[in-house]
Amino acid sequence: MTRPQSHWDARAALNFMLGGSGAGLMVASVLLEPPSPWPLALAAALVAAGLAAVWLEIGRKRRALHVLFNPFTSWMARESFAALLLFPLALGSILTLRFVPATALAALVFLWCQARILRAARGIPAWRVPAIVPLVVCTGLAEGAGFALFFSQQPLLLSLLGVAVVARALAWVRYRAAVKSAALERAGRILLHVGTAGALACALAGAYAAPFAWLAAAAAVAAGWHLKFVLVTRASPFQGFNLPHLPVRGTR
Amino acid sequence: MVADLRRCVGCQTCTAACKQANGTPPGVQWRRVLDLEVGEYPAVKRAFVPVGCMHCDEPPCMEVCPSTATRKRADGIVTVDPELCIGCAYCAVACPYEARYKIDGVATKCTFCVERIDAGTANGLKPGVDPEATPACVNSCIAKALHFGDADDPGSNIARLLAENQHFRMSEALGTGPGFYYLWDKSP
Repeated sequence: MTRPQSHWDARAALNFMLGGSGAGLMVASVLLEPPSPWPLALAAALVAAGLAAVWLEIGRKRRALHVLFNPFTSWMARESFAALLLFPLALGSILTLRFVPATALAALVFLWCQARILRAARGIPAWRVPAIVPLVVCTGLAEGAGFALFFSQQPLLLSLLGVAVVARALAWVRYRAAVKSAALERAGRILLHVGTAGALACALAGAYAAPFAWLAAAAAVAAGWHLKFVLVTRASPFQGFNLPHLPVRGTR
Repeated sequence: MVADLRRCVGCQTCTAACKQANGTPPGVQWRRVLDLEVGEYPAVKRAFVPVGCMHCDEPPCMEVCPSTATRKRADGIVTVDPELCIGCAYCAVACPYEARYKIDGVATKCTFCVERIDAGTANGLKPGVDPEATPACVNSCIAKALHFGDADDPGSNIARLLAENQHFRMSEALGTGPGFYYLWDKSP
């Protein structure tokens, strides 16, 4: 008998970390000049690795295709359909470099679905708030912009990273105002100090020396991954039970 | 289902009956009784609160289930089809009532002893009135704190209890419409 499971663990977190980064990298690939198949290949590999990780978490692995049965209400099913759209487009883009904008659009849909997966989990107060959606989307975009910098340090990508990490920081501040979670405090500080301020400073220096651009990328990616790992695995206690009324005994 | 909080003594007989009836493994309690202390000494009050699947009107577990394994029957009972479930545990994190357990790769939860209800009703028995058509936890309750029936039937025991007493449902603000009512005082 397996141990009863009532929470998601690191395997599910990896889907949000790797899948978010992969989707973000596909979006950032639109700006790469000259276009290259390698970032798209890495992005597809990241998304695939994330999905493979979450496949390891499910209890009945041979039934994995059942995940497609309920796109009408389930964001997990919708994420799977988005992935089914994403991979052929990514393959086409890798081979021909002709479908990169369409691939980026599909990646955005995939990222949106990931964010909505958490939003729909009504048992977890830290996930069910609307502010989780922009946080997860911006985090994926910032990580993707970071990965893109490993391929090219062109000013446009450095600017994209700067905009993305600032947007992510703003999304975090908005989320933080809605959710009080001790587990997320440290991850949030790291996101602001390392993933935002540190990444911005390195990105500025990166305009002059490539290693700083790589440092900015690493800071943006690491801080985002850390936040999502904590968000999925540590900041997910249930809301618990509370009684609006206590029993009035002795009245029967 | 109705739980009369004034009557529950926290004996956990319902928990044991559920485990016996459904053969749940160690660590898995489809029917639990919380032992809550409220307030600060010396003004402390204690309440025993039976919890489990609330068989919600709008079950968040069913909404998120990607495989359609979780369904809601016409009579309001929420079920899990173990042949369809992939064991993603999404329902477990979507349920605000901590009612779901992933065991042996699939999600499980309280079914209101649906097989017993179906077998009983097939023989003309009435759930909530005839023990053979009533969930094991309700049958076993030593304090008559648990009741079962059709809240939409104005002549049912449940409808009468709800009319005669003040009641609430757990975390109603979430909009799940729990099918589990807690009585806490007489109607004024």
